Amino acid sequence: MSGGEYLALAYGAVFVVVLAYVAIIAAKLARLQRETREILDLARAQEAPARTVEHVAREISPSA
Amino acid sequence: MGAAIVLALVVAPEDADQGLSQRIFYIHVPIALTAYFCFGLGAWKALLLLWRRDSRYDLESYVAIHQGTIFGALTLVTGSIWAKASWGVWWTWDSNQLVLFLVLFLFYCAYFMLRFSLEDGPRRARSSAVYALFGIVLVPISFLAIRLAEDFIHPTVFTREGPQMTGTMFAAFCVSWAAVTFLAYVLYRVELAGKRLDADLRELREALAP
Repeated sequence: MSGGEYLALAYGAVFVVVLAYVAIIAAKLARLQRETREILDLARAQEAPARTVEHVAREISPSA
Repeated sequence: MGAAIVLALVVAPEDADQGLSQRIFYIHVPIALTAYFCFGLGAWKALLLLWRRDSRYDLESYVAIHQGTIFGALTLVTGSIWAKASWGVWWTWDSNQLVLFLVLFLFYCAYFMLRFSLEDGPRRARSSAVYALFGIVLVPISFLAIRLAEDFIHPTVFTREGPQMTGTMFAAFCVSWAAVTFLAYVLYRVELAGKRLDADLRELREALAP
């Protein structure tokens, strides 16, 4: 191998490792985004029955 | 980063002895210095954890050491390629600096084995912090090894008389160092933000669980 090829190999190795690291971080961020959505859905699902109960109570006694 | 690559590969003059392969210096040395800095930062955060008992330093120490390990691996890879180009071998056990850097790298690899063998909590944070602090002793030894052992295999560019290179070469080196440090800083912030978000979401999920 020539000096130029070794040079390309060294810079290429750094580029590949940084790229792989960024790809791993991107995949992790995508997972966190999905989990945030799931938790939001869970929170909304828990909030919905509570709101229904509140609404019914207000209809039964409007002063409440 | 773009400016650093242009300076290192195009602007900086070619070395009379090593030719093109000398340009590996502009990526290898900044990466090695960044690895040392990350290990130092990890140890500093570990010290703060033990001192102030604030659990946020545990994650900061862990992420810094994780970054240091990645940059350490890159130091070994680029160093190995440069060694093959200059000395004709991928690795030599005769150079104290190489061996000590490998010891430092393996020491911090074992940090992850220790960390993940313990359950999440204050005990794991304290044990990891103590281990990270022990490792920092190896950094100055590794850095100064070549001078202490009078090892002439690994080249010494920065001596007491200053950098042994032309002004353009030194400028290219400084820009490359700044670029690699900035890259490490960005990766550190992104990884730390991801880890914190992950921990917060886990806590939120537990709070919302029926």
